[in-house]
Amino acid sequence: MLKKRIIPIQLLLKGRLVKTKKFRDPRDVGNPVMSSKVYSSQDADELILLNVDRAADSVDVLVSTVKDIARECFVPFSVGGGINSLNDAKKLFAAGADKIIINSVTFSNPAAVTEIAEFAGSQAVVVGIDVKFIDNLYVVFSNNSKIAESVSLSEHIRTMIRLGAGEIFIQSIDRDGEMQGYDINLLKTVLSESSVPVIAAGGAGNFGHLDQALKAGVNAVACGSLFNFGDNNPLRAKAFLKNLGNPLKRIR
Amino acid sequence: MGLRQTLSRKELSIGIIDIGMGNIGSVYNALYSQAWDPILVKCAEDFDELTHLIIPGVGSYAAAMKILGDWNLIDSIIDFAAEGKPTLGICLGMQLLSDVGFEGMEAKGLGLIEGETVPFEKIRGLSFPHIGWNEVLQERTHPILNGIKSGLDFYFVNGFFFNPVYSDTIIATTDYGQLFPSIIGKKNVVGVQFHPEKSQTSGLKIIDNFCLWDGKC
Repeated sequence: MLKKRIIPIQLLLKGRLVKTKKFRDPRDVGNPVMSSKVYSSQDADELILLNVDRAADSVDVLVSTVKDIARECFVPFSVGGGINSLNDAKKLFAAGADKIIINSVTFSNPAAVTEIAEFAGSQAVVVGIDVKFIDNLYVVFSNNSKIAESVSLSEHIRTMIRLGAGEIFIQSIDRDGEMQGYDINLLKTVLSESSVPVIAAGGAGNFGHLDQALKAGVNAVACGSLFNFGDNNPLRAKAFLKNLGNPLKRIR
Repeated sequence: MGLRQTLSRKELSIGIIDIGMGNIGSVYNALYSQAWDPILVKCAEDFDELTHLIIPGVGSYAAAMKILGDWNLIDSIIDFAAEGKPTLGICLGMQLLSDVGFEGMEAKGLGLIEGETVPFEKIRGLSFPHIGWNEVLQERTHPILNGIKSGLDFYFVNGFFFNPVYSDTIIATTDYGQLFPSIIGKKNVVGVQFHPEKSQTSGLKIIDNFCLWDGKC
């Protein structure tokens, strides 16, 4: 049986680990190579690394961080943030990324989704979708939550899968860093449209929140604040979730 | 474990086929972490010193076979395996061991283990491709599984699987709506559908076991 995945999210800014609230105010919380090693040893099922830097050289800085992490961590990881072309993606795959997460480029140049999927296989292409709940509607945002897109959430998901997306990484901007729980209605909306695996992000503040999202049907739950702060870690989360009947991996 | 006593790690030379697809680096790093110094194999001459060969791979079957062909590596791989030397295919590398693949377009494979590479039957309620940790149920013993319990989870990313002609080549199976072979083997050739280099401790153990294997079952 395929297992549910617990994925720590790490935000990167110029080679450092940071944490944001509602996508703003990055605060330095450590060294991403060390924290990746720790998460890996704490039985994390996968790692997500998101670059929040938008400087011109940010992908190159990211490549060097990814190389360092790949040397030390034998767990799958996805890398996103500021990837604008097949060329950026190629550099990150070569550095050791298993999957890349793309968002803004899916609006500015949708053909890139297909190009990357053709190069690395659609399993390596995660489309990140950032959403805000406005006037009873889930509005899709790009460019680090700065630009509201006109496409509907459902249509965007369908288009992305048609173009070659292998997974959907759905993030609630409203819930980012708030630790008040995932937007379960948002997850259900996405699940009803998506034939590919869905990773939930944005809002986890305790292990019960992870359980709620998994029971809603997502394949994976991702969280930053929950593991960045306090003594919560993936091992403790998984012990809790296993007791609630969630299927989780056993590796030894 | 015979090799560990008779040959030092220095006398074993592990090659990784590097055709610039997927993350060869992860396989390299995993070997390095287990105290091996692998060689990246890019042309026929690179095979001279090798005792073991790993064919990794992420990407599509037809594209990978085309590059192997363009780089004149197909005969070298087949000859290497025919000499009885341990040969391991990982993920797409395992699928390439088959006779034919149907990803993208139909393409001829390496033909080292009889079978074909076919897509999953799409089953309602399951998402495809098959991504994540799933159980590897051992159907028979194999030297690369020394010290590995049956039923442990390994990391998979696949939309296709190896459908062998002969069931005695199936070493382990995995269930995703349908049972598919997650490890196949024939004499000195073995393939794993999951990514041992991404499967934490037990994955690294499989890689180390392979490097210490003499190619006999």
